[in-house]
Formats: sequence, C-alpha cells, structure tokens
Amino acid sequence: MAKEGLGMEITELRLGLPGGGTEKNEKKRVFSEISEEEETEKSNGPPELQSKSQVVGWPPVCSYRKKNSFGDKDGSKTSKFYVKVSMDGAPFLRKIDLALHKGYSDLAKALEKLFGEALRDAESCEFVPIYEDKDGDWMLAGDVPWEMFIESCKRLRIMKKADAKGFGVLQSREALNGTLKE
Amino acid sequence: MNYFPDEVVEHVFDFITSHKDRNSVSLVCKSWYKIERYSRQRVFIGNCYSITPQRLIARFPGLKSLTLKGKPHFADFNLVPHDWGGFVDPWIKALAKSRIGLEELRLKRMVVSDDSLELLSKSFPNFKSLVLVSCEGFTTDGVAAIAANCRFLRELDLQENEVEDHRGHWLSCFPESCTSLVSLNFACLKGEINLASLERLVARSPNLKSLRLNRVVPLDTLQKLLMRAPQLVDLGIGSYVDDPSSEVFSKLKAVIQLCNSIRSLSGFLEVAPCCMSAIYPICENLTFLNLSYAPGLQGNDLTKLVQHCRKLQRLWILDCIGDKGLGVVASTCKELQELRVFPSDPFDAGNAAVTEEGLVLISAGCPKLNSLLYFCHQMTNAALITVAKNCTNFIRFRLCILDPVKADPVTNQPLDEGFGAIVRSNKSLKRLSLSGLLTDQVFLYIGMYAKRLEMLSIAFAGDSNKGMLYVLNGCKKLRKLEIRDCPFGDVALLEDMGKYETMRSLWMSSCEVTLGACKTLAKKMPSLNVEIINESEQLEFSLDDRLLVDKMYLYRTLVGHRKDKPEYVLLL
Repeated sequence: MAKEGLGMEITELRLGLPGGGTEKNEKKRVFSEISEEEETEKSNGPPELQSKSQVVGWPPVCSYRKKNSFGDKDGSKTSKFYVKVSMDGAPFLRKIDLALHKGYSDLAKALEKLFGEALRDAESCEFVPIYEDKDGDWMLAGDVPWEMFIESCKRLRIMKKADAKGFGVLQSREALNGTLKE
Repeated sequence: MNYFPDEVVEHVFDFITSHKDRNSVSLVCKSWYKIERYSRQRVFIGNCYSITPQRLIARFPGLKSLTLKGKPHFADFNLVPHDWGGFVDPWIKALAKSRIGLEELRLKRMVVSDDSLELLSKSFPNFKSLVLVSCEGFTTDGVAAIAANCRFLRELDLQENEVEDHRGHWLSCFPESCTSLVSLNFACLKGEINLASLERLVARSPNLKSLRLNRVVPLDTLQKLLMRAPQLVDLGIGSYVDDPSSEVFSKLKAVIQLCNSIRSLSGFLEVAPCCMSAIYPICENLTFLNLSYAPGLQGNDLTKLVQHCRKLQRLWILDCIGDKGLGVVASTCKELQELRVFPSDPFDAGNAAVTEEGLVLISAGCPKLNSLLYFCHQMTNAALITVAKNCTNFIRFRLCILDPVKADPVTNQPLDEGFGAIVRSNKSLKRLSLSGLLTDQVFLYIGMYAKRLEMLSIAFAGDSNKGMLYVLNGCKKLRKLEIRDCPFGDVALLEDMGKYETMRSLWMSSCEVTLGACKTLAKKMPSLNVEIINESEQLEFSLDDRLLVDKMYLYRTLVGHRKDKPEYVLLL
C-alpha cells in the first residue's frame, strides 16, 4: 500500500463540482467540503492516540486477528469493499477497495491516481463522482458519512458533468452548488 | 542388508507415519530410499522455495497429500511486503500436468489465485480436502469452483484468510449430488451467503462433523442447522444474537441439548452475552473452546461460561477474562493443556487486563499445561520462576509483553532470570518467544538449556553479538530463528555459516547486519538463498557494503534462486 501522497501535479482537469474555481494551484477536490471537516476532527482527536508511535508489527498479533477482533484502534476496516470504478472516457474500468481509505478525501486522491491519465487526456471538463447504492439508485458521492457510504456503495462512476443532466442528480447538484459557492 | 522382500518392508513402512521418521527411513540405504519414495503418500514442505514441484513429483509419484508453507512467519505482522512471494500457482500447474492423484492440499501463508483454485478443482477427480490457513489472493469465485467441481469433497477449511468476497453464491455451487462433506469452515468469509442453500447442504451431509459459520449466519439459521446436524463434533457459531425470551431462542436451547457430540466450540463472531446460558449444557463435554474472536463478552460472562467446562484441554480467550477469570480457569480446567490469551486492545495499555498473576494461577492449577501464548501488560521474574517450578512440560512457551522492552516492574531488572528458569526446567521446549527487557544473559541460558528448541522468536532484546552466538552455538535442534530490532550484526551472522544449512530459515530485520556480510554469506554458502528485502525507494543495490540491511531472510534450498521474486527483493 503506497504511503506517500499523490505526487501528481494538479491539472486543469480535476474532479470537481460545477461552480468551483479552476485555478491551477488550487487542489480543489470533489470532497473538499467533507475533507476539511475530517481534517479538523483529526487534529482535535485524543492526543494520546496521536502521539503514540506504534511500532510496526508490534504487538505480534497476526493481521487477520487485528482486523477481526474488536478494540483494534489502528483504523483498519474489518473487510474489503472492492467496487468497480468507471470513468467516462477512460478505456478500462478499475477496482478500488473502499475499506483501504479513511474518508472521501482519501478516496478522491486514490481516484485521481487511478485515472490520472484519463483525466489529463480528456478535454477540459469537470467530473462528478456518483455511485450506485444497494437499492440500485445512482447517488452523488459525499452526502452520507463515510462508513455508511462504504457499506452501501456497489460501484462508482466518474461521470462527465455534461452528462449529469440526464441522470436525475440535478436536484442535489443544485443544492450543493449553494454550499460550494465559498 | 535387506532380508525381506520389498513388499514386506513397504508394509512395515505403512506404520511409520510421521514425516520425520519417514525422512529418516529413506536415508538408511538405497533400497529403503526407493521403497519409501514409492510408498509415500503424504509430504510436508515447510518452505515452498526449498524445492521445486517438479522434483517433488519425480520423487514421490504416489503423492496424495501435500502441505506447503510460503511466507516467513513475520509476514503475519506486516513485516513482509505485499507480493513477496509464496505463490501456489506453479505447484498446482505442475501437479495438474503430472499423473499425481492429489487428494489433499494444505497451504499456509501462501498466495492463492482463483485460477489456481479452479485448476485444482478440475484436475484431480479424487480431490477430497482443501485447507487454507492465512492465505490470500483469492475470492469467493475460487471457492465456488472448488464447491462446484470437487465431487468427493470432504473438507473445505478456510482459516483466517484474506478473501475478497464477491457476495456470490459459492455455497449454492455445491451440487445436489455432493453428500460427502465432513468439514466445512467458512468463518473468515465476510459476505452474505444463501442461508437456504446452507441448510440444504447440511441436511444432505450425514458425515458432517465440523461446521464453522461466518458472521452473517444468524441465530435462527444456527438452530435449524443444529436440528439437521446433531452429530456435529466441532461447531463455529456465526452470529449469536437474539432476544432470550424469543421462541427461536427456546428452540435453540432445546436443540443444543441434543448436540452431545460437540467437543469443540468457536466463533461467536457477533454475540449477545445474555444468550450465553444456552451453551452451558454442551460446556460439560468441551475439550476446545475458542472465544478469541467474540466481541463484547466481559470477564464475568467468560468466567461463568468457563466454570462449566471441566474437561477443557485447549482454551483460546481474550484478556478481558482478567487475572481473576484465569483463576477460575485454573480451578476448573484441570485437564488444560493449551492456553492462549489474546489482547482485546493491543494499543491501550491503560486497562491492564491480565498480568503475571493470572499466569501464576494457571501454572499452579493446571499441571498438564504444555502450550502457552500469553499477551500481558507486565511480567516479573518471580512469577516466571514460579511458573517454571509448577510447569515442566512446556513444548511451546510464547510470552508477549505489550510494551516490548518492559522490565520487571517490581525489581526493575531484565527478565533474563525468569526466562532462564523456564528453559532450565522445561527440557522438552520446542518453541519459545521472548519479550520484555532482556540482555545477552537470557541467550546464554537458552543456549545452555534449551537443547530441544526448534523455533525461537526474538524482538528488542540482547546487547551484543554474543547473544545471537549463544543461541546458534547452543541450540543444536534449532530450525527457525526470527529476530527483529536486536543489536546482532555481522560477527554473529558469519561465525558459523554451516549452521544455517541445518535450519529451515533465519529472519533478521532492523538488526545490525551489513550488505557486505550478507554477500559474503551468500557467496560462501550456495545452498542458501539470502534475500534482502528493501522497500526504501532511494536505495540502490550497488551502494556500500557497509550499509545496514533492513530485512534479511535466508533459507536453505536445493534449487537455487527463485524466479518469482519482486523488484524490492535482492537475491545475493
């Protein structure tokens, strides 16, 4: 699992909802609202947990047991949640394990990494991340808490904003337009 | 020197079943080698890179059962990067091409793909038993192939594997004609299964003795399954949550009374403590109880349960049982041979769950104790010395103090004397894991007394090369040595290079071994593979021989360098 961040230059094409600024240096991501929240939560987290440097591989509890016993605080999820991810214009679908990511911002980074090429090659346009939930409905990603999202997400699609109109997500988009104005 | 015809010798060999003994027998003379190899059915290969499948097939044409182990033990603790190796695919491919009538395959710490499983399921018409322990790389699609194609399957045992669950219908892939199942363990699978299929499968498996369910199987299904299979000997419960006043729960209580063959109980992957009383009737006969994956059972719940288990021989439990609870175990379970106490909260030292007191109580109350795995917050020399007085039958002694360099909290001394006492009084000790503050002295004791020791795990211990040398020189039967974060370096590594040919493997990580020393070792000992695992991206392998190596894994082999190494492994 790669520990380092994206390492990718921000491009003109990025995951972003309509109405957002498009300055090159601004690493604006689709889930920017939520990710900011997550970051503040992290910095307010219990100091003991944060400052404790955990030695890799200690205590020697095997990783299966760590993931499947209650009380493990190292943040690993109990199971894998592989979902297919398609991106409009990209030739191949990818698969991503939602359980490996801590939140929407983490996911956004991973998606940019997976589809970096396609993002760069596509004509300058905005993308919208949507997902199909357990009921078969297509939902805009980012509304529900992360844990709820990974439980209900069956597949992801990074859709061109231009196609969004025909997809019934119009209402929520407008609602979000309001929040993203800042 | 052969006074008997071959058939007679072969018949005698039929009574020799242990791998060690058969290996010894094959070395006596050419004639015995030949007879032994044609009659050998079961082969154990502790390191899949020590030999090739082709040579295995050539030597043992009558092979029916193969056990293979892949990654080094420390891979369990995330010390071995992904894709290191241990692929079973070449083995299955080679076996499939051959005339081997494989019936049983047991794998541990190997990478298994769906394609391999499918090939396995289609290549061996008499295939009966698949046991996968701590493996990864496959999905429920592969499991489905086994279910669908192995017509005489008796055993499908998946233990603690990382399986990608496609939430498909693998269980429904068992054909209606499959009635041969004796053992089915899918506790490590996470996804939904078709409960009706499961019930039908159990109903048509009259020989089913062992059934371990996963978390999604609810209590009411459990009740129905037990109705169909009261003959079960080993039961792993999935979800055990219900309202104790419900009708379903009453039915469960009633059916449990009929299951008087159950000797082994595990699971409780989801559990409501108030439901535990229904289990008490079967506790009387239990010999193995594993509650180490049961969340939410407090010390009281565990103690109440254990009080009913007078015949228990093996107990795996979480440390929330507490020292007092262990006292109850000590006074109840007089037949206890194996105890494993796991940490319920490995990273929070605040809630001291078990200490040296619990261990002392156990040692005093359970005279038959021979195998221990004990995670605790602290240990004293006095306690270990007492344990050593009380218990002299240990075969396995693994102590893990959660703070890796913690001294004796009473005397502030290292734990050398305590462990010294353990090895001195337990002459049959085969496996030992150390922890706590330890100096070279403990290794002096180990080298002096642990004459039967086969596997030793060391972390954050010792002061100098002398420590490692004491062990290498003294432990004549040593097979596996794994060391992390110890000040052992080149001098220790190179002192007796021939020693490593008598061992299966040596692991050293975050020690003081240099690249140059590893190169020297590799050059002088062509029968060893010396692997350097280097994950740091900046390092180029052409750098200085004085560079300290991060992770080194060496093992004896008959077949030279492996061809499947990833980029970050340097084979010297």
